[in-house]
Amino acid sequence: MAPITMNHITKVYGDGYPAVNDVSLEIADGEFMILVGPSGCGKSTLLRMIVGLEDISSGDMLIGGERVNEKAPRDRNLSMVFQNYALYPHLTVYENIAFPLRLKGVSDDEIKRRVEEAATTLELTEHLQRKPSQLSGGQRQRVAMGRAIVRQASAFLFDEPLSNLDAKLRGQMRTEILRLQRRLDTTTVYVTHDQTEAMTLGDRVAVMRKGVLQQVASPRELYEQPLNLFVAGFIGSPPMNFLPAAIEDNQVKLPFLSYPLPREVAAQIGDSDLLIAGIRPEHFADSSLVDEHKRDRGTTFEVKVDVTEWLGSQQYAYVPFEAPEEINRHLAELQQELDGEQMRTQMIVSLDPASRIRDGAKAELWLDPSRVHLFDPRTGKNLTRDAKAEAPAATATSSASGSASSAPAPAPASSSAAASSTAPASSAAAPAPASAPASGSAGSAEPPAPDGSLRPT
Amino acid sequence: MTGSATATRPKQRRQRSISVGGAILIVVYTMLPIAWILSLSLKSPGDLTNKKFLPSHWTLANYRTVFKTSLFTDALRNSIGISLIATVIGVVVATFAAYAIARLDFPGKRVILSLALAIAIFPQVALLGSLFSMWRAVKLYDTWPGLIIPYVSFTLPLSIWVLSAFFREIPWEMEQAAQVDGATAWQAFTKAIVPLAAPGVFTTAIIAFFAAWQDFAFAITLTSTNRARTVPAALAFFTGASQFQQPTTAIAAGAIVVTVPIIILVLVFQRRIVAGLTAGAVKG
Repeated sequence: MAPITMNHITKVYGDGYPAVNDVSLEIADGEFMILVGPSGCGKSTLLRMIVGLEDISSGDMLIGGERVNEKAPRDRNLSMVFQNYALYPHLTVYENIAFPLRLKGVSDDEIKRRVEEAATTLELTEHLQRKPSQLSGGQRQRVAMGRAIVRQASAFLFDEPLSNLDAKLRGQMRTEILRLQRRLDTTTVYVTHDQTEAMTLGDRVAVMRKGVLQQVASPRELYEQPLNLFVAGFIGSPPMNFLPAAIEDNQVKLPFLSYPLPREVAAQIGDSDLLIAGIRPEHFADSSLVDEHKRDRGTTFEVKVDVTEWLGSQQYAYVPFEAPEEINRHLAELQQELDGEQMRTQMIVSLDPASRIRDGAKAELWLDPSRVHLFDPRTGKNLTRDAKAEAPAATATSSASGSASSAPAPAPASSSAAASSTAPASSAAAPAPASAPASGSAGSAEPPAPDGSLRPT
Repeated sequence: MTGSATATRPKQRRQRSISVGGAILIVVYTMLPIAWILSLSLKSPGDLTNKKFLPSHWTLANYRTVFKTSLFTDALRNSIGISLIATVIGVVVATFAAYAIARLDFPGKRVILSLALAIAIFPQVALLGSLFSMWRAVKLYDTWPGLIIPYVSFTLPLSIWVLSAFFREIPWEMEQAAQVDGATAWQAFTKAIVPLAAPGVFTTAIIAFFAAWQDFAFAITLTSTNRARTVPAALAFFTGASQFQQPTTAIAAGAIVVTVPIIILVLVFQRRIVAGLTAGAVKG
């Protein structure tokens, strides 16, 4: 158990391409940190640099306060679960789990005790004498985890451990990993491209893009206060809708509605008259189903629904719209980075399953404009980001009940200015383990972002 | 629907009979010479011209003869010793070389591989003359090392190619997992990689052993006495029980004696060669 500190870590490959670019990240003792991003963003490379399988081009890697840049993997006392498990096929499950202990020269009795203990934890006891090839995917995955937990490692590293499992098993193993981590309370770094894993497992999540750290925050903050267009588009499923937002006469004109331009945004945009608006699908609602007392907070508008998808627990409606060429270009680029493909400009609206809105029909939707994020298309910066949300995650969430106060939190000025590059300084300082349970307890339907700050006056 | 089913059935039957017929043809073609040698080895020397495939009288006299001849027994000893030593050296060197080629990125990797291939296809006979002169000059002529050296150098390229293909198939993660688990590079190699490459190592060992075991050109050129002469060369000097008879039957017996170990070897190890030991190592 040890904290892991990364100071300006960079990895440059032979062709000069920086796979990981100036990443600074502090992972507290016992914290569950997720590294997430689209494929090729450098998250696995970063993990492999922590464990020592990849050389560090520049920067310092500290584990438990000790610089480990030049240490061999075996001297770092970390354990790792590989994507393909990397079990030794010629050894039994017992010997696979015992392997790290055997290398350390632990006595046979001690090995037996510890392997059996790990096997009990992971419910592998009856498989101990079998070979990996006789096990199912989920069992193999557990063996790999057994091999990781059997010795008292300083930290656990997971490299997309669930990506080889089918969807159902993945869900089960995900909770299993979380339970294990909570019980052992060991620092954990977990690489994934699956945002469900990222959101559910992590105390904090580090979003990476092209080797650069975009934002490090609690899952809740990432979702509600993304730092930039990339994070906003990456986190959330179905993804955030991006609409062209023309600025005219202090009004934000979206394809279907317009609302007054928030003051703090007006101060930032200068003379640019075209922004990108980001709206989560669930922030729309069927206006006929909106509570009376809530209705006044938002605007209603009419759209033509193209297709609806009814899933039982929710319902999605697709609304096509036209967007200017410039915005389309930005969005297509963003989609490509997010491993997606933009076929048409359409808006996804998440509706109550009780809604009677049907395919091809005209529908009246409701939206609270204070929930709309505005992004600068050139820099991708979120102009409506609530500065308070950037305060150390733990304090922000633990004081969520009192967050109606509109006074800006005393967040360091430098951190709010940290736009798209590395912004760990402020969030890293947070005593993060407290943040996850805290954010859970604050889990009312309302976001912690106080409405007042975003609302048009 | 039933119509199409009945239409496909005769077609399938025809395809099946063609493949079975083809298999029989190949087996007969390859086994006939061996069966012939076997029957020859069981004929008495005088029975050689009985104009029948099978001997008139079955006899083991030829086997007694070859094992009584020091020419043959010495050659057998040389064959076993030289082939085994050449195999061991070849496999060990090839394992290290192949591992380096498969895993490490170093300048000249391509050159080494292409050179190895060039050596593998180089006509060995072209070297015989110069080797003969050289070995006599450096006192390697008619010695075990005199044969082991060319055997090792000519089997190495193929061994390296086979083994590096095997090593490349083993996931990198195996070794990295071992290193993270606390193994040194050497431990990771011996405890994780070599056991996984075992089928490859066996295959290579058998190829190397065969090459040395059945070589005739080097053996006949670089030896002159029983000191280092191997069986294939020795058979050429065979005179049989009496020098007034054709030694054909005795030579046939000798040939059978040296073929048997090869057959046993293949039968014993074929499962290991074929078995995919890596099954289950990764997702699957």
